[in-house]
Amino acid sequence: MSTNIWIWIAALLTLAIYSFLYKDNIVYKIAEYLLVGVSIGYSIAITWYNVVIAKMVVPIRDQHNFLIIIPILIGMFMFARFSKKHGWLSKIPISFVIGWGAGVAIPLQFETSIVEHVKNTIAIPWFGGNILLLVNAIIIFIGVIATLIYFYFSTPHKGVIGKVANLGIWYIMIAFGASFGYTVMARISLFIDRAQFLLHDWLGLIH
Amino acid sequence: MKRRLPLIIVMLTGIGMIIQYFIPHPVSKAIYKQSIDWVIIISAFYLVLGVGGIFIINYQKIKRRKEGWWLSIITLSALIITALIGIFGGIDNKSVFMDIFMYIQLPMQAAMFSLLAFYIASAAFRSFRARTPEATVLLITATIVMLGRVPIGSLIYRGLPGITEWILSTVSLAAQRGILLGVGLGSIATSMKIILGIERSYLGGGE
Amino acid sequence: MNFWIRISDLDRRWIYLLMAVAIILPFFVNITIPIRISPPTQALYTYIDTLSPDSGPILISFDYDPSTQGELTPMAIALLRHAFSKNLHVITMSLYPTGIGIAENITSDIAKEYNKIEGRDYVVMPYAPGYQAVILSIGEDIKNTFATDYYGNRTDTLSCLNGVKNFEQIPIAISISGSSTPYAWITYGYTKYGEKIGVGTTAVSATSYYPYLRTKQVAGMLGGLKGAAEYETLIRKFYHTKGRSMATIGMNSQSMAHIIMIILIILGNISYFAIRKQNKRSA
Repeated sequence: MSTNIWIWIAALLTLAIYSFLYKDNIVYKIAEYLLVGVSIGYSIAITWYNVVIAKMVVPIRDQHNFLIIIPILIGMFMFARFSKKHGWLSKIPISFVIGWGAGVAIPLQFETSIVEHVKNTIAIPWFGGNILLLVNAIIIFIGVIATLIYFYFSTPHKGVIGKVANLGIWYIMIAFGASFGYTVMARISLFIDRAQFLLHDWLGLIH
Repeated sequence: MKRRLPLIIVMLTGIGMIIQYFIPHPVSKAIYKQSIDWVIIISAFYLVLGVGGIFIINYQKIKRRKEGWWLSIITLSALIITALIGIFGGIDNKSVFMDIFMYIQLPMQAAMFSLLAFYIASAAFRSFRARTPEATVLLITATIVMLGRVPIGSLIYRGLPGITEWILSTVSLAAQRGILLGVGLGSIATSMKIILGIERSYLGGGE
Repeated sequence: MNFWIRISDLDRRWIYLLMAVAIILPFFVNITIPIRISPPTQALYTYIDTLSPDSGPILISFDYDPSTQGELTPMAIALLRHAFSKNLHVITMSLYPTGIGIAENITSDIAKEYNKIEGRDYVVMPYAPGYQAVILSIGEDIKNTFATDYYGNRTDTLSCLNGVKNFEQIPIAISISGSSTPYAWITYGYTKYGEKIGVGTTAVSATSYYPYLRTKQVAGMLGGLKGAAEYETLIRKFYHTKGRSMATIGMNSQSMAHIIMIILIILGNISYFAIRKQNKRSA
């Protein structure tokens, strides 16, 4: 069993959270509010060192990069949010970041999620490659088309379109099934981690 | 002015960034590099704003003696203590601040999220039903993936991991790609709408 | 009352207890089931394994917070052990403020196992806000993105970063994440700067990266705790790493819990159809 006071604190707080599985109770509530406080306090200290000192103080003080005073001033408009009269000023830094982000994203996203994937879908290795690769490529090609048609609602799903959309449903169901199986795995892993903490780090029952 | 200025900034920064992508002139490159620095610094103020917001909400809850106000005292004290310990005691891995993070925040947050392991078991037991052929396919795929992605799966049937990998890299991939293409086009369209001033929800309500 | 009705009305707490037992019990049973390596894990391992200390530092971004650390920290540990075993230089960072605390702790803990020194063998970068801009900024000049390391040392004085300017000197950037940050690494790291991207992700998100594996926009992927266990298996086999293999130890519990889940789903379905049949008959 651990003799480290911090491990004990961590273990008791973990149990406090798990007490919720039995029913909601005051110990759980206290732990919950403590968590909120600690996590914001953590963010404040990290912001102080990693952002204010590292990104603002050091560049100006040590590297004499005075140009960054401009974005600092723009950023400070954000505080106008707390004023009723000058609240609109906070939209200046927001619009700068949003506009910039959208402009940067458009060409890169187009290439990343559209061009590359369309190319890969239609590049079916008819000649050369082995038969399994060919079959897989065809399965993918049909699946991509069927899924897209399923989600395309501007044309009624009737006739050939309806049949292809219907095929899309089967593809989507298989994909969702796979995702669900994986989701189960993920959730269980999280408890496995906490169980290891309690049994290994705290109680020392397992190696 | 109040309404137009943010829209003008969004349009200028957005179109500016698209142009620099296609015209890699030394001047546009220099502006691009400078703009990245600016965005990082302006984004820092989002963090400051978020932290400030939560502080104010909890402070007001105590001040107005709202229901559960005493729990907010826990939040605020934890917040202040953690932040002060971090700012004055340092944030490296030998500091008390890091102990607070690793033994209070981390185990509680991890435990809270791991409750999902139990909820998903209960939910699957109660509502995961083979009511229709589509649901049955979803269920069967989920089962294959659940078994195929754990070591015991290959003891049950040697070929199971291979079948799982095949599903993930063909049928499931096709549907995921179909969804990806749809989402990709959608987010590019949204970015365009933002730059053109059609989509304004990011500016929030009011003036 | 009918047996199946009683089953379907079972108090949820019995199910919770059953799950807890299914996960805890296997820790005390000494059975080793061999772990098969899946292709995405093998691809990431093989790529990193071809690197040498002269290849430049690899970048590992801890883009997650404590809520998913149970699945993701074992991956980070395995990757660090692999890199340090090969004497590769490592840069760790996080696009999340909560991730930076984990990054700092895990990196320094594993570095200690291998007697590695901060600044010389590895660097922990501070958190920087605005993920899109941060990735693009590293593509231009990493020492400008991070003027100091996490501890406040000037990055231009660290020997680990000698000759490192941007992605060109960083052979791979691996984003370990439970959210969509790997997409950002692909979009702004791979597409814009041609950087090789590795992904470590929660099982929930794993299926959505298969399209990127096929296009080779992602060089390799660790999916969920099983992915971490596979990586641990590889480094134990080829580098005889000593530290505790958390993911591998958890695999028996994972197997058991999945079996119980499947039994629960089957039971739930039998009771559903049995009750439905009964209702039809009585109607």
